[in-house]
Amino acid sequence: MAIMTYADAAKAGLAEEMRRDPHVWAVGEDLGRGGVFGQYGGMLAEFGPERISDAPISEACIMGAAVGAAMMGTRPVVEMRFSDFALCAIDELVNQAAKARYMFGGQARVPLVVREPIGMWRSSAAQHSQSLESWYTHIPGLVVVCPSSPADNKGLLKTAIRSDDPVVYMEHKGLWPVEGEVPEGDHLVPFGKANVLREGRDVTIVSWSAQVHLCMKAAEQLAKDGIEAEVIDLRTLWPWDKDRVLASVEKTGRLIVAQEAVSVSGFGAEIAATVSETLHGALKAPVKRLGAPRIPVSYAPPLEDKARVTADQIAAAATALVGR
Amino acid sequence: MTDRRNIDANRVVDHCRMMWRIRAFEENALRGLDEKIVLGAIHPTIGQEAIATGICANLNRDDVLLSTHRGHGHTLAKGANPEAMMRELFGKEGGNCGGKGGSMHIADFGVGMLGANGVVSANIVIAAGAGHAIKLKGEKKVVCCIFGDGAINRGPFLEGLNWAVVFNLPVLFVCEDNGFAATTRTKTMTGGDGPSARARSFGLQAKEIDGNDVMAVDETAREMIDAIRNGGGPRFLHAHTYRLTGHTGSDPATYRPKEEVEEKWKDDPIVRASALVDGQKDAIEKAKAEAYAEMSRAFDVAKAASFPSADLAFTDVQDAGDPRQGAY
Repeated sequence: MAIMTYADAAKAGLAEEMRRDPHVWAVGEDLGRGGVFGQYGGMLAEFGPERISDAPISEACIMGAAVGAAMMGTRPVVEMRFSDFALCAIDELVNQAAKARYMFGGQARVPLVVREPIGMWRSSAAQHSQSLESWYTHIPGLVVVCPSSPADNKGLLKTAIRSDDPVVYMEHKGLWPVEGEVPEGDHLVPFGKANVLREGRDVTIVSWSAQVHLCMKAAEQLAKDGIEAEVIDLRTLWPWDKDRVLASVEKTGRLIVAQEAVSVSGFGAEIAATVSETLHGALKAPVKRLGAPRIPVSYAPPLEDKARVTADQIAAAATALVGR
Repeated sequence: MTDRRNIDANRVVDHCRMMWRIRAFEENALRGLDEKIVLGAIHPTIGQEAIATGICANLNRDDVLLSTHRGHGHTLAKGANPEAMMRELFGKEGGNCGGKGGSMHIADFGVGMLGANGVVSANIVIAAGAGHAIKLKGEKKVVCCIFGDGAINRGPFLEGLNWAVVFNLPVLFVCEDNGFAATTRTKTMTGGDGPSARARSFGLQAKEIDGNDVMAVDETAREMIDAIRNGGGPRFLHAHTYRLTGHTGSDPATYRPKEEVEEKWKDDPIVRASALVDGQKDAIEKAKAEAYAEMSRAFDVAKAASFPSADLAFTDVQDAGDPRQGAY
């Protein structure tokens, strides 16, 4: 196992897939210079400008061209720089990529991966900070991936590239420098398999992406008070590991869903509703959702922080659910 | 205007045959609409047959075509089976898309027809990408992307043309200019000098032609497609025509004077093509009769066919998170 950053782990995964399959190529703005976050750094030298392709600032065409190129048998990895900018390419993703296989009666496959970095880091305000993952879970045809660790960012990206479905691949900008152990070689993380990061008997905390790390911090705080939280990283929101979540809540009787995204209509609502529908009798307390208030993300730190769900909030919610 | 002196009479007859097939298909589709067996909207291409015919005559089977909501003619001319198309319009088993798409998503990947599209201009960026894949794979195929004049005011038109130029892609862009963007005259909603001028501003070679002159379309398309296939990069063909029906099969098109439409019927591309050759009247009449018989048969077969099994609503959604795999 090597120690790698979240950004480098994805790069290693992409490079391995590009070596394995000549039809894999990456396209987006500034890729030749390594990408806006350095996540393609040095790749141009190995793969050349046709496969690490720069693009005009032209999101609709980057995505639309990827749809056409995918239907013609290549496997494009599309870089959108920020999930916020990918909104310029919504028709191409939602009406075209997601629908082509179905509406053409199975004649088409659109094996593209669109990388859409999400999340707050610091003072990037309302158009560079959003977490829009729940939008895409609403669209039949799309896979939605939200890796939280370097190992997953390699293993899930490799799985995404090999998938014949269009995959919305949402890396968290705050995680780029985070280091962790990453298996070498063909490390493939399957879609729809949650990662139980910590087992516990008292409360289940379900999360994904960067918020997972705050849940783990909260679980450590809770353990000091004798509350054992089970922390589940969903890894992929569609498909999501319903069975694993239900099994955990059946055991603990309590559920917290913690997400960085706006809570209203966030994916946490889907999880909460599913658990309520399925396990009503097993619940010892009402399901608790934690997420951002329905406000845009601000620039000034004290305002921006109002959109954050903190480890303290998660721990406090768990304590209240357990009734201590 | 095509010069009658050097004309290939057999080619004219072939074009007339294809145009009659398209016309007959559309008339049968409209009959289906009247009989309420065409279930959704259809956008007839009556009057515009020469463009599909002249262009597709110069495409190989493995060349790629992307079309619009008004795509029956393009699809037929690319080689699709009309019976499967009619079944698709009727939402029947055995339709090109298994009844999941209907008229606006008609596609036949087996003949390189990668889909009509319900979103105006959306096919332009997809075509650029299809061209990109051909270039990456080092193939000699050509992509042809047909869209209407209404498409030129959407962003993907500008983005897709720019992309094709920047990457020097093998794409023929064809603006089938029938003068109307849905039910509005396009000129009243368009700044500048129109499609060709916009294309030229991106560095594309563009030609503006009479799209009701099938031999002019044929000749221009041949030149452009040859140049593209030989690595010359994208080209832009702006073909003027007129939509002799309304926007949809149920649009009476009362927003234009009757006299205008009557005048335009005199410019019917099939009549014009027939007049280009002497001594072929019988051959063309025969082709016409065969076309109507073929499409009438397609109509009858499609009408008699069953609807698809309802369970098929759950197939071909996606592999991961397939709706059949659990109680999603």
